[in-house]
Amino acid sequence: MTTAPTAPRTTRSPRAVALPSPGRLGIERTRAELRAFFRERDAVIFIFTYPLIMLAIFATVFDGQDQGTAGYSVPFAQYFLPGMIATGVMLTSFQSLAISIAVERDDGSLKRLRSTPLPPSAYFYGKVGLVLLTSVVQTALLLALAATVYDVPMPWEMPDGGARLATFAWVFVLGCASGAVCGVAFSSLPRSGKSATAVVTPVVLVLQFISGVFFAFFALPSWMQTVASLFPLKWMAQGMRSVFLPEQAAALEPSGSWQHGATAAVLVAWLVVGLVVGARSFRWRRRDDG
Amino acid sequence: MTTTPPPTGPGAAGRGSTGPAVDVRGLRKSYGAKQAVDGIDLRVERGEIFAVLGPNGAGKTTTVEILEGFRRRDAGEVRVLGEDPQTAGRAWRSRIGVVLQDSRDQAELTVAEIVRHFATFYPAPRDPDEVIDAVGLREKARTRTRQLSGGQRRRLDVALGIVGRPELLFLDEPTTGFDPQARRAFWALVRSLREDGTTILLTTHYLDEAAHLADRAAVVRAGRVVALDAPDRLGGPGARRPEVRWLDDGAWRSERTDSPTAFVASLAARHAGPDGEVPGLAVTRPSLEDVYLELIGELAAAPAAAPSRVAATDSPVPPAEGRTPDGTTAVVPEEARP
Repeated sequence: MTTAPTAPRTTRSPRAVALPSPGRLGIERTRAELRAFFRERDAVIFIFTYPLIMLAIFATVFDGQDQGTAGYSVPFAQYFLPGMIATGVMLTSFQSLAISIAVERDDGSLKRLRSTPLPPSAYFYGKVGLVLLTSVVQTALLLALAATVYDVPMPWEMPDGGARLATFAWVFVLGCASGAVCGVAFSSLPRSGKSATAVVTPVVLVLQFISGVFFAFFALPSWMQTVASLFPLKWMAQGMRSVFLPEQAAALEPSGSWQHGATAAVLVAWLVVGLVVGARSFRWRRRDDG
Repeated sequence: MTTTPPPTGPGAAGRGSTGPAVDVRGLRKSYGAKQAVDGIDLRVERGEIFAVLGPNGAGKTTTVEILEGFRRRDAGEVRVLGEDPQTAGRAWRSRIGVVLQDSRDQAELTVAEIVRHFATFYPAPRDPDEVIDAVGLREKARTRTRQLSGGQRRRLDVALGIVGRPELLFLDEPTTGFDPQARRAFWALVRSLREDGTTILLTTHYLDEAAHLADRAAVVRAGRVVALDAPDRLGGPGARRPEVRWLDDGAWRSERTDSPTAFVASLAARHAGPDGEVPGLAVTRPSLEDVYLELIGELAAAPAAAPSRVAATDSPVPPAEGRTPDGTTAVVPEEARP
């Protein structure tokens, strides 16, 4: 670099320089979020690789068995994969944000960020970036594992491939979005960062058991099906089954159809509820911090 | 690579608007029934290190967090760098630096990563590598934050506080839990920031910290400023009048005087024993700590009664010597020892 001649420098007020845009800062935040996420052992194991491990275990144990009724059945791995994709989306959006924001609030990360010129929007763009990238990569790995090891047919190889991918796209995006905003809202519930995992994980686990993720949904008692229908995971799993299972498998659903309209409605409802509650309850400081 | 040196001298101090860095009048804040801040007035000039001293719960942190824009006040006028922190926006936040009390955050990022990341938030940041050098963390640049010691962690906090090139830096009890050596190093860092033109507002409950760093200090008690001056003048001249103490027939006597030498001479003439010594003679100049304790109302309560109680025993224990923060030798009566 050449040394510039010492021209009379007019007052270099920092305010004369433009503040970085929220969009650019959102990208910076996403990078920092991803770095921190993949260095946190708990997050990598229980959020990112959990569905992969579960798919590997269950598909191996129940290899050669079918999931279905006397009338109609599909190979176990093919029925199990959509549930694992839905679970993955819930983990990378809801569980990831509910825990990480609770921890960040408790350990002072949020307060520190609030003391800088970082706009709040950029903080949330960073979270959105984290959720999208982790869930996309996680889902891609799930698909690769299912296709190569367990011979699950991929939607684009099936009849109506285009429509299946379109369904996949909206269920995935809507699932991520409602999971993320509910995660932001739920993050205010744990009283401390230490208790965050203990408060969030059981909610997620119970939903997995009643929503047709580990057990076939049609095999659950009807009261359990009814309870599960109030929450988004059941609908995400059902939406994903409509992507990965043959059309005839709709007969295995309690309603006898894929219910795309109801799926969209429930996910949008949770998105709205999560947004309203999250926006009202979000705090940059701990509860005991005045 | 271009290296922009940190701004130095008057050029840096002259940045932004003129007028005091902090101007507070009649600040009040209560939490329920508790009046945490009860009418505080403060004025911090540009380029100075200003300390807010006080015991825990005196309202220091509440005051500073109002100035930082974290809390809303109940009443009073507050101007920080010419703006009201309650309504100031991002541009204002880019001109202040905040070092909060406890910090355990961002544990998985390395020192270099987090300083570089925070630099991107600001319109005209310092060079992150230079900041890491300035706080003495070059060796630790690739270390994850969770592996830093308490003192290193605090220096990282300062790095994050100054990387945006703030005009005003808030330090909230920055050296709590430091060993003496780390504290000295930290003080040198703070002084170098002042030389770069940064105004610094510091809260502390360490008197030596205020004595070593601050140009001026305010002592806060129960939400009010009870004294405000240069650390070595706090409490006014009367508060530092030397005290002469001696034993008279087994009873402690004391006298505060502006001419201790003459007093001791007359004392020697009147009370010296057969060996020419005045029993138990000690001359003490109240340390900053004594002045401070008096200001926050601690002395009035307990140790004032100590000498007479010592006198009640038949064989008074010789007073213990202790070094006070400002280096004078203090005589601590038995009852006041920990």
